[in-house]
Order: sequence, then C-alpha cells, then structure tokens
Amino acid sequence: MISVLALDPAWWQQTFLIKVPIGLLAVLLPAGTIVYLYLFKAISFMQSRLGPMEAGPYGSMQLLAEVGKWLQKEDIFPTKADKFVFAAAPFVVLMSTFLLVVIIPAGPDAIFVDLDAGIYFAMAVSSVSVIGILMAGWSSANKYSLLGGIRAAGQLIAYELPLILAVVGVVIQAGTMNMQGIVLAQAEGEILGWGGIGNPFIFTQFIGFFIFMVAVQAELTQAPFDMPVAESELVTGYLTEYSGIRFLLFFIGEFASAAVFSAIAAVLFFGGWYVPGIDPTNDIFNVIGPLILAGKMMAIAFLIFWFRFTFPRFREDQLQRLAWKFLIPLSLANITLTGLLKVVV
Amino acid sequence: MVAQNVFFGIIAFVMICSAFKVVTTKNVIHAALWLVVVLAGVAGQFLLLGAEFVGVTQILVYIGAVVVLLLFGVMLTKASLGEEADLNMPNRVLPAVIAALMFGVMTYALIDTFRDTELPRESVTNAAMVSDSIFADYIVPFEAVSVLLLAALIGAVVVARKE
Repeated sequence: MISVLALDPAWWQQTFLIKVPIGLLAVLLPAGTIVYLYLFKAISFMQSRLGPMEAGPYGSMQLLAEVGKWLQKEDIFPTKADKFVFAAAPFVVLMSTFLLVVIIPAGPDAIFVDLDAGIYFAMAVSSVSVIGILMAGWSSANKYSLLGGIRAAGQLIAYELPLILAVVGVVIQAGTMNMQGIVLAQAEGEILGWGGIGNPFIFTQFIGFFIFMVAVQAELTQAPFDMPVAESELVTGYLTEYSGIRFLLFFIGEFASAAVFSAIAAVLFFGGWYVPGIDPTNDIFNVIGPLILAGKMMAIAFLIFWFRFTFPRFREDQLQRLAWKFLIPLSLANITLTGLLKVVV
Repeated sequence: MVAQNVFFGIIAFVMICSAFKVVTTKNVIHAALWLVVVLAGVAGQFLLLGAEFVGVTQILVYIGAVVVLLLFGVMLTKASLGEEADLNMPNRVLPAVIAALMFGVMTYALIDTFRDTELPRESVTNAAMVSDSIFADYIVPFEAVSVLLLAALIGAVVVARKE
C-alpha cells in the first residue's frame, strides 16, 4: 500500500526517518484519492451532477481547500465534556488505522513490518478503533453522541466476527497468516494444474470475499450500515460535538481505513502486488508492486463506495440479524468447506 | 537485550501506575480506559519477548473484546461524566487481604518453580509453534476448554432467550 516507492527499499527499511513520512503518505494519499474520486466525483456522476469544479482542474484541489477550512475552524469542547477523553478519542481511531498500514505488503521487500502473523495482527488492531469511538461517544456529554457510540460498538463487535472468520478461509487455503506468504501462495498457485495467472483466492474464496466486503462495509460504518452516524436519527452520532481538526482526524480515519481494508482485501483475494507474467521474486515488483496494489485497492474501494451511494440504510435490528444469523453461519460453513477441501484435494 | 530490558522497565512502570489509576479513579469509564493501558502494556511485554502471536491475541481478546464489552455494558446502564462518590467499597480490609494473599501465592509459585533456571531464548513462540503444541501436546486440555466455552455459550443463550 506504499503508493510512492521511488526510493531504495533496503535503505528505507532501516531508516525510521524515511519510514514515517512514507507511512503518512501511504495513509493520506489513498484516503485523499478516495475522497476526491469517489466521495466528490463518483457520487456526483451517479446523481447526474458535476460535483466540485471550481478549485483546481475539475475540482481536484477541493480537498485541500476543505482541509484548510477544517484546520482554521475553532476546536470546540462542550462545557460538560470529559476534556481529555474527548481530545484523545480521534487519535485512538487514527492510531488503529496507522497500525494497520504497517503489515500491508506492496512488494517483495516493500513492507514496513513483515509479521509472522500479519493478518491476525491486522484483525486485532482494527478492533481497537471501537474504543476510540466509544470514548468519543461517551465524553461528548450528549445523548445523541452516546447513542451513536453504543450503536457503533454493537455494530463493530457483531461484524468483527464474520470479518475474522472470512479471513480464516483464506488462511487455511494459503497455509500461512503471513501477508507475504498469502501473496506468494496466490502467485505460485495453480488453477486445476494451470498456473498461467497463479491462483487468486477470489476464485475459491468468493463466499469469503462476499462476507469480508459486507463486514468491511459495516466496520467502516458506511451506508447501508451507517446507523452510528444516522443523520436523520442521531444528528451525526458520536461525531456530533466534534469540529475543526478533530473532526478532520475522524474524517481521515474513516477514509484511510476504507483504503486500508480495500488493500487488505486486495492482498487476501486478488494476489496483492502480484500480476501474472512476471516472476514473483523479480525485484521489479518493489517498484511496480505499490502501483499494482494501489490499482487493485482503488477498484475494491469503488465497490465499497458504490454500495454506500446506492443502498438505503438498514434498521438496527436488521443489521444485527444479518451479522449473527446469516453472515456468521455462512462463514462457518465456508471454513468447514475450505478445511474439507484442503484435506481432500 | 539491554534495550529490551529498558523498555521492559518503562512499560512495567506505566502498567503499574495505570493499574493504580484503575482502582483509585473516581469514574467507572476512566477505570475501564486505564485498564486498556494496562492490557496494552501486557501485549507490549509479550511483543518484547518475541511472543508475537500471544501479544496479538492479548490485543484482540482483551482490548478488542473484553474491555469493549465492559465499556458497552457500563455505557448502556450508567455512564455519568465527572466524579462519582459511591465508587469506593466500604469494606476494604477483606479485599486487601485477598489481594495480598494472591500476590504472595503467585510470587511464591513463580520463584519456587523457576529459581535459577534460565529459559532458553528460542523457546519463544511464533504462530506455527503455538498451534503445533496446542494440537499435539495439549490437545486434551484444548478440547476440554472448547467444550467448556461451548457450554457457557449455550448457557448464555438459554438465560437470554425469551420463553
């Protein structure tokens, strides 16, 4: 997911000073691209309008203008708010997003930390953002915020299970939890003895991919699962009292996690940085890998936002029923089937 | 090893301070949030020891699930902001005695078991080694725990469901 890699990987891998800016860029650049391409433009075209057109060519500088606006705004704290918790909440959410980026491989060597249990680590840190949301909801001293926070927590707990269980299918098939291992398993795999395009797990784990994407949609609280910020019921839920830079942090967190989860889906189901035709050990992947991964990531992110723009919001009980009575049994069946086939075939 | 020892000390100090804050703070939510710091410290210690799988499990289970459920429960029932007066337990002697006893027993057990034995540095486990030992050496306890959890799960469903 490191979208810019004009540097020598062996050098930046050892240098914290290079890693941190690249990490920031890897979080902010995809998030900004998603906001401009999808949130500003794609939704506008779907609604037969042009979207922002004034700032820069085709409105491409609109986001910078928005960021400038947010940075200038007053950082308002409600009188009765719990000041410290209120101030810290957006950082907890953003921290979980940043920790997710470190395990995403963008090339054979282009990875921040090649953890042995990479995908497991991703699932664990993504669950930490719930705490930030609960902190925001509670500390705002506002009934709507609290309701939004509780809704968010209930939703994230419910959809974490199908998310993790969907990943288990991929892990069984790849035989490893290491992100690079999962990419290589797909690059070196064969479809019924034909190794022309490797074996992207989307062909065998399409049920898992479906569950994963639904769960990601809910984890990101994007419509149709946006009850925690349902504007017609809760103002904007746990975000109600936030303004200025702290709102901006939540906003970045939302779209950066969309980018990160899309990248994880690209690694798990579409072969990550690998493209057919080039040997996966070739060093060229350190240069083109990030671009390939970014391309796959943007395609998957489009799915997320396409659903966001076209589906009406569910009801809270429908949301819980979908997770507990449909997705979790389905993902358990998927795991059983994958395990059986792994042993038999 | 020196850098690891220094970080062990720093994390341990933060953990002890946070643990004190958990029991002395005047607000239930604050106590839960301080608990997050303590548990994150435990995860950090595991990571320092190279036990990556256990450390990540610590984050997933304790921070991602247990504390979130705790916060969720407290916020659903009573989540007042600011200080609360009635959080202190009136009878403090008995819990203090129990805590001291627990500490004594655990310290004694640890010291008595290991004494001067130096654990091999390579005993540290990655995911594959953990799963190998669970599904080979410890398969019976593992299955027993699974059945126990299943029983608890069914029990929860029975208690919660409407007649």
